[in-house]
Amino acid sequence: MRVFKLIFKNALRHKLRTLLTILGIAIAVVAFGILRTVVTAWNAGVDASSANRLISRQAVSFIFPLPYNYRDKISRVPGVEQVAFANWFQGVYIDKNQFFPRLAVDAETMFDVYPEFILTKNELETFKKEKNSCVVGADIAKQYKLKLGDIMTIEGDIYPGQWQFVIRGIYKPRDNTTDGTGMYFHWDYLNDRLEADDPLRAGDVGWYIIKIKDPARSAEISEQIDAMFKNSNAETKTETERAFQQGFLASTSAIITAMNVLSFVIIGIIMLVLGNTMIMSARERTREYAVMKTLGFSAKHLTGLILGESLFISFLGSCAGLLLLFPLIDGFSTVIPKNFFPIFTLEPITIVLAVSAAIMIGIISSIFPIQKALRTKIVDGFRFVG
Amino acid sequence: MPPVIQIQNVSKSYTRDSFEIPVLNNINMEIEEGEFQALMGPSGSGKTTLLNLIAGIDKPNKGKVIVAGTDISALNESALAKWRANNVGFIFQFYNLIPVLTAFENVELPLLLTKLSKAERKKHVETALEIVGLKDRMKHYPKQLSGGQEQRVAIARAIVTDPLIIVGDEPTGDLDKNSAEEILLLLERLNKEFKKTVLIVTHDPHAADRAHQIKYIDKGDLVEAL
Repeated sequence: MRVFKLIFKNALRHKLRTLLTILGIAIAVVAFGILRTVVTAWNAGVDASSANRLISRQAVSFIFPLPYNYRDKISRVPGVEQVAFANWFQGVYIDKNQFFPRLAVDAETMFDVYPEFILTKNELETFKKEKNSCVVGADIAKQYKLKLGDIMTIEGDIYPGQWQFVIRGIYKPRDNTTDGTGMYFHWDYLNDRLEADDPLRAGDVGWYIIKIKDPARSAEISEQIDAMFKNSNAETKTETERAFQQGFLASTSAIITAMNVLSFVIIGIIMLVLGNTMIMSARERTREYAVMKTLGFSAKHLTGLILGESLFISFLGSCAGLLLLFPLIDGFSTVIPKNFFPIFTLEPITIVLAVSAAIMIGIISSIFPIQKALRTKIVDGFRFVG
Repeated sequence: MPPVIQIQNVSKSYTRDSFEIPVLNNINMEIEEGEFQALMGPSGSGKTTLLNLIAGIDKPNKGKVIVAGTDISALNESALAKWRANNVGFIFQFYNLIPVLTAFENVELPLLLTKLSKAERKKHVETALEIVGLKDRMKHYPKQLSGGQEQRVAIARAIVTDPLIIVGDEPTGDLDKNSAEEILLLLERLNKEFKKTVLIVTHDPHAADRAHQIKYIDKGDLVEAL
């Protein structure tokens, strides 16, 4: 017999109790994993931000446009490699429930500035040539069964009227942190129509995307850009793409914080569940620990036995939880509309956090029973009536 | 040769709810190697406390407990645990076997603290179980054994490390007459055949009669007779 066998036998002494504890830990790991995945999905835009991209927008608010002629001025700022721009178009595709980002972009530079959107050379060339063309993400193409050459008809809301686009490209996200739910078309196409129908709104862009050579100079370049347009009709606020994305999330930060807090509350609950089991087990074995001490087992041995049992249960619980979590996350990612959470995957960090939390819980839950077992004198242990 | 157990001016008291309760008062006692002695006395007289002090599972407030030349009252907890593992075999009134372990595994338990190989451990366990006549029940769990058999497994566990002394706290106290007789015969055999020093605490005069010498304790003092 090895000590491991004794740990195993001890853990299975009350099979139902151990099973329920394992199940409790597993459910908590699942809840923790799902919450963390939702938080990760929420932050996906921030995480996917590139360090060498700056976003320049209207200083007053993101909803106000910037003049198109800022483009050349920004391009001349030392350290700027390339400048793209975009307009939030939105519109209604099929019906109002079909949400995914639809943007009017600079066709020439957009896919250079965003190399994580992978287009074939052919598709890119065709897209650039045809003003009424558009590129959609692979997830959108899959969801709406779209293919190259199809016409997408969008009913404009911000920009009224019916808009038709020919799909000339389907981009693939470079990795699973890249959004595959975008739809991009020529800003020129939008602007031409505005010049004809609503000239006061023409010539404006929503924001500039600035690719810089050295991410370490982002603050300095941002300041230079903003200084250029200081005291103009449209002052800019330039920041890193990450800061820009974080700004977007700021309005929902309370929800994210609540979810973060909740995920750690769940860890606390697991700790209580396992701690309760371990305390009950250790209490029931008070006499046995006294016997083992009498036989010569030291504090180190008893610590190993109790800690081992606690870790064994928490490890089994976390494994069971992870085994459930993978298919559940997969299931959720297929059920949740792609355009709601474009990136909904179980991140390795979530797995590491769940397993680390389980190990930590195993250790913490055993502290009190270990202390009690070690503190109880042998003679008191023999007198104990459980 | 000096006595294997020497109790010198030992006093012991317990504190319960801020009250100090004296249990042993300045006890002096010696036990020669290879003896079989019994401690008798009324409940609460201090006999189990004295046995615990000799077995190294409790410490005196005053005085020395010297076993085979080692002052065990001066050892720290860790050293005392090692000393117990090597020198004492303890038999309890209620057997105190680990219920999830088989008879074999229960007897093997103290050997896990030694450096013996698995094969050597097996040999020792089989020998111990053979001595107590339970080699054929080694795969049985405690709940599958009678009280007498459980106590015999406990004796096998007590002797498997070949300890210097065997101490028993009411080893027959929870057994019927026949089972008690078997246990007493076994203890006699361990004393005579294997030359073990045996010290038991008992209420049972028949059990005490098996000992070479009976010592009486009353209200914490060694007395000539009760």
